[in-house]
Amino acid sequence: MRQRRSAQKRRRALEFEAFCAGAAGRLLHVAHLLTAEPPDDAPQAERLLVRSLARTYAGWDRLRGEDPYEAARQHLVSRFAQTAWRYRRGSGGLLDRLSPQERLVLVLRMSEGVAEEQTAAVLGLPPERVHQILLRASAAVLSRRPPAAGRTRPEVATR
Amino acid sequence: MISINARKEQAVRDLLDGPPPTVPPQLARLAADRGRRLLRRRLLLRGGVWLLLVAALVALTVWAVVSGTWVDDPAETTPDFEGW
Repeated sequence: MRQRRSAQKRRRALEFEAFCAGAAGRLLHVAHLLTAEPPDDAPQAERLLVRSLARTYAGWDRLRGEDPYEAARQHLVSRFAQTAWRYRRGSGGLLDRLSPQERLVLVLRMSEGVAEEQTAAVLGLPPERVHQILLRASAAVLSRRPPAAGRTRPEVATR
Repeated sequence: MISINARKEQAVRDLLDGPPPTVPPQLARLAADRGRRLLRRRLLLRGGVWLLLVAALVALTVWAVVSGTWVDDPAETTPDFEGW
């Protein structure tokens, strides 16, 4: 019994390590977009990712063939949504003009390719509302797209 | 409902698809350690709840056996047998 348990522990640790090696980069990218921090200085995104990976680890034996990436992303998203007030003001990331909710919709739909219905279910909103948020967020992102590199110009924040 | 046309959609996708960031080397280990702690805490909590449940059951059994609530009190109103 004890032997079997320690073997299971070892297997879990190995599998988890392999999973992290493959998926942590992409998940960290998602976290950067969500917290709107610049990639080279993103303590909040890293903390968020460590937390959600830890929860993925704790639920590893109960995945039953589910995709661990999706489980980890699910933890990441729900943790982000619960603590969204912390991230209201982005700090120089790509999406720092958007609200946390807009970032979440944009990232899930456009970057992660999650279906509209599923995104709506995650956020507890009707799908039409998600569609509207996506339109607004996309327009906002595209409108500030040409940030001529190197030239910093104070822009008026539009809400 | 308006729908964003495909080119705009692609532009947004391209914008979001940055280069994959470099993951801090200790991040996976930190997460695994934290996950182990979480798992242990969960296990302990579950053990505690079970212990409490068993203790409550034992207490109930002991109390029931000792007090024997289902045994009727001896009748006190029966008249004494006299004059046989």
